[in-house]
Amino acid sequence: MATYLLKRLGMTVIVVLAVMTFLSLLVHLVPGDPVEIVLGPQATPAQVEVVRAEMGLDNPIPIQVWDFVVGALQGDLGLDFLSRTPVTQLIAQAIPHTVVLAITALALAALVGIPLGVYAARRQNSLADRAMALLSIGFITMPSYIAALLLLIVFAVQLDVLPAVGTGSFANPLDYAIHLVLPASALAITWIGYVARLVRTSMLSVLGSNYVRTSRAFGVRDRIIFYKWALKNAIIPTLAVLSSGLADLLGGAVLVEIIFSRPGLGRLTVEAISERNFPVVQGAVLVIALFYVLTNLLADLSYRLVDPRIRVEESAVGA
Amino acid sequence: MTDDGRIKNDPYLLEVDGLDVTYHSQGRALAALQDVTITARPGEIIGIVGESGCGKSTLSAALLGLLPPNGEVTGGRALYQGRDLFTLGPEERRRLRGTEISMVFQDPLTSLNPTLTIGSQMLDVLRAHSPARADRAEARRRIVEMLERVGIPDPAARLRSYPHEFSGGQRQRIMIAMALLLEPALLIADEVTSALDVTLEAQILQLLCDLRDERGTTILFITHDLGVVAQICDRVVVMYAGRTVEEAEVTELFDRPLHPYTEALLASVPSRRRRGSELPTIPGRVPSLAELPEGCAFANRCAHAEPCCGEQRPRYVEVTGQRVRCHLYDPESGHANLRQPSAATTGRKEQP
Amino acid sequence: MTIAPAPDRVPPTSAGLRPLLGRLVRRPAGAFGVAVVAALLLVAVFAPHVVPYDGATQDIPNRLQGPSGSHLLGTDGLGRDLLSRILLGVRIELAVALPAVCTSLVLGLLLGLVAGYRGGWVDNAVVVFMDTIQAFPSVVLALVLVAVLGPSLTNLVIVVAITFAPQSARVTRASVLALRQSPFIEAERALGAGTLRIIGVHVLPNVIAPLFILLAMNIPSAITVEAGLSFLGMGVQPPTPSWGVILSEGFADVYEAPWAVLWTALALVLTTIGFTTLGETLRDVSDPRLSGAKGLRYDR
Repeated sequence: MATYLLKRLGMTVIVVLAVMTFLSLLVHLVPGDPVEIVLGPQATPAQVEVVRAEMGLDNPIPIQVWDFVVGALQGDLGLDFLSRTPVTQLIAQAIPHTVVLAITALALAALVGIPLGVYAARRQNSLADRAMALLSIGFITMPSYIAALLLLIVFAVQLDVLPAVGTGSFANPLDYAIHLVLPASALAITWIGYVARLVRTSMLSVLGSNYVRTSRAFGVRDRIIFYKWALKNAIIPTLAVLSSGLADLLGGAVLVEIIFSRPGLGRLTVEAISERNFPVVQGAVLVIALFYVLTNLLADLSYRLVDPRIRVEESAVGA
Repeated sequence: MTDDGRIKNDPYLLEVDGLDVTYHSQGRALAALQDVTITARPGEIIGIVGESGCGKSTLSAALLGLLPPNGEVTGGRALYQGRDLFTLGPEERRRLRGTEISMVFQDPLTSLNPTLTIGSQMLDVLRAHSPARADRAEARRRIVEMLERVGIPDPAARLRSYPHEFSGGQRQRIMIAMALLLEPALLIADEVTSALDVTLEAQILQLLCDLRDERGTTILFITHDLGVVAQICDRVVVMYAGRTVEEAEVTELFDRPLHPYTEALLASVPSRRRRGSELPTIPGRVPSLAELPEGCAFANRCAHAEPCCGEQRPRYVEVTGQRVRCHLYDPESGHANLRQPSAATTGRKEQP
Repeated sequence: MTIAPAPDRVPPTSAGLRPLLGRLVRRPAGAFGVAVVAALLLVAVFAPHVVPYDGATQDIPNRLQGPSGSHLLGTDGLGRDLLSRILLGVRIELAVALPAVCTSLVLGLLLGLVAGYRGGWVDNAVVVFMDTIQAFPSVVLALVLVAVLGPSLTNLVIVVAITFAPQSARVTRASVLALRQSPFIEAERALGAGTLRIIGVHVLPNVIAPLFILLAMNIPSAITVEAGLSFLGMGVQPPTPSWGVILSEGFADVYEAPWAVLWTALALVLTTIGFTTLGETLRDVSDPRLSGAKGLRYDR
């Protein structure tokens, strides 16, 4: 386990450094002079020089990378071109909205998906089970922004029962929660389908296993087998998948935040991209990537901690 | 009657009579067991022998009431202490499992829950049969005692270990401890030593014999290994394609097999006497459940087959203390070469 | 002292394409997937000849209409016929998704082969490269790359190909690594077989099936990314009727007339389900070991 942990952590550090390098070099991928593109054709040569110096584009490339990495590690992501506010401040304002959205979506996925999966496993091959299988395929394959648009059409346009713009006020929890319903549901839909399916298959694989046969042969009640053994076994992979889902949700959140006009990390990124506001793009994308890498790492490790079998295999390999 | 008259006169613990089990698969009905007849007295070890697919596992599942959803008992009865198991409700069946009838499975690694400690698995078994709030300390004491009895060293310390932390032989001991935790009168042992090497096999067999001697547990010992049968069984039932074809005392079966299938089985066992010569195998293969013939299932591989064998189902006839399902021994079958087992071999007592 | 088992014949294993297609169609999900994909291909080829309108002519007086006899699905904000635009859009979607996914497969195949076969620092470098790409949600990475390279159909194809390459690289690499340790490869090498021969004869046939499945599974993902980026104005540019463009234009008028968004969303959902069920059934009938494509991410 220790060897594995070291390897995994080392790999994570290397990947984070590679991500930072990529982002710091992003500007150079722009065809033509990035500064002129940022400032537009009317910019005077003097202005161009000032911005070029500010972005450090005069320095040799390794120095630029070094400066960005060191700055990022110290929590300095530069200044917004337009508003001159520190990028970290913009990100700090946006993050809570995104995190609340993602966590609500995951909670929703677990709360709806797990009971659906349990129900389907209980009635394997019944009509309800088959209908659920179809439904989960539909859910799993539905992009979250499509779900967002459809939910918006039904509940905001046609029925007009739920708000579809903004976040509401943080000070008024009920208002904030109501504004969360549509975006969180849109993000959750894929994961509801995924969780339902996962719970069903892992429960069925437990129920078909030799050790369930054993315990039934010793008279253990079906109820105990179903809920204590099978469900417990299904919950572990489900939680692992959900914790890695937290990262995936961030990608989906980008479009969902645009559709529902939520001032989160995704919208910050998209707006910065369309304004060619490179420091903000670098900062926001770096935070998203860090989040993504770290949640994947945590999911991976927690999965190993929870399942005693994987623990042993790893230590056997590491020995 | 004989030396072991004590056993012979006891009433039967288990009496399976004419058991039929049918599987429903893709609209077809497959006869997994047909007319299976087995009797067991308290304290006996009965070997149930046959090739894979002969219905041994279906038999144990039917006795425990754990047939898969597409399996169904379609005929016969199984009297356990005089009560027909198949007339009991699901909850009554469940109560019997573990307390009266229990089972040890072939593969001890996959047959134990890998995600629970053995202590908690055994506790689940105890709790399934005791009032909701059973005394934890007492339960623990019983579990430790049982593990100690089957030879797990330092059992109290190992309750918190997971199955994969034990060796293969130890896992099988734990399985046996779990199965015997509630002191059942009947233990079904399904290929319990197949996954073990020879030394461990001998130890486990010894353990089963000892437990039988101590507690008088009746054991249905399911195996494909005739060598093991010779070592521990009192009587043997031979199964072929879902039917019981022969039943005999173990010494008699080895000395004087009646059914041509039993003869062929014994001939295919390597022995020192025939060293150097090629081991005979039985030509042809076991018919699948979908293509079972009207008559004797062994007819297509049998050297003595006649037209009547393919047409008429043989009866299970009693011949000099053995039972055999073969037209060769049934005077009413119309078989041309009826065999008369010589009277000289009956009542023989010497050991091989 | 065991019963000698009766000799058992091993059933012949034929893995031809025809029986695979047969097994595919015999399952309802497979048949559905094949039907949807075939219909999409037909529409992509013949749409310009059969659509009722050209999808480009504006008709402002008749803008934002609901479904009617003359416009089966209604009209958009510029009075263009929605049915025609959505059908014409199929061609755009496939024109992005097919080349993008195929390129990603080839790219991933090459990376995976090199990494798995060379091992050592080459392998480590490729793994770091793949991990770096996968450190971003694919929409975010594609967004950033397109923003930098400039929004165009070609750039979209390149970006999606890069974003998706690590998946097939992992599949290939894992398969090469598994094969490298197998005794028969050792034997081949001892007999003097060259690297190319070993790759051609043993590695490729082993990875082709999973790559085909990835192809079917990734086309809807590529379409999703394309439509998402175009929706944000970072992909295909108007007036080209890509689904993302139709969604984006329709979203502006969604409170007045939800039709454009509704129909396009449904078309996208149908397409995604079609390709995914095809891919999943393909996976089930060809190789049950590959179950759970999501699990492919951490197969190191």
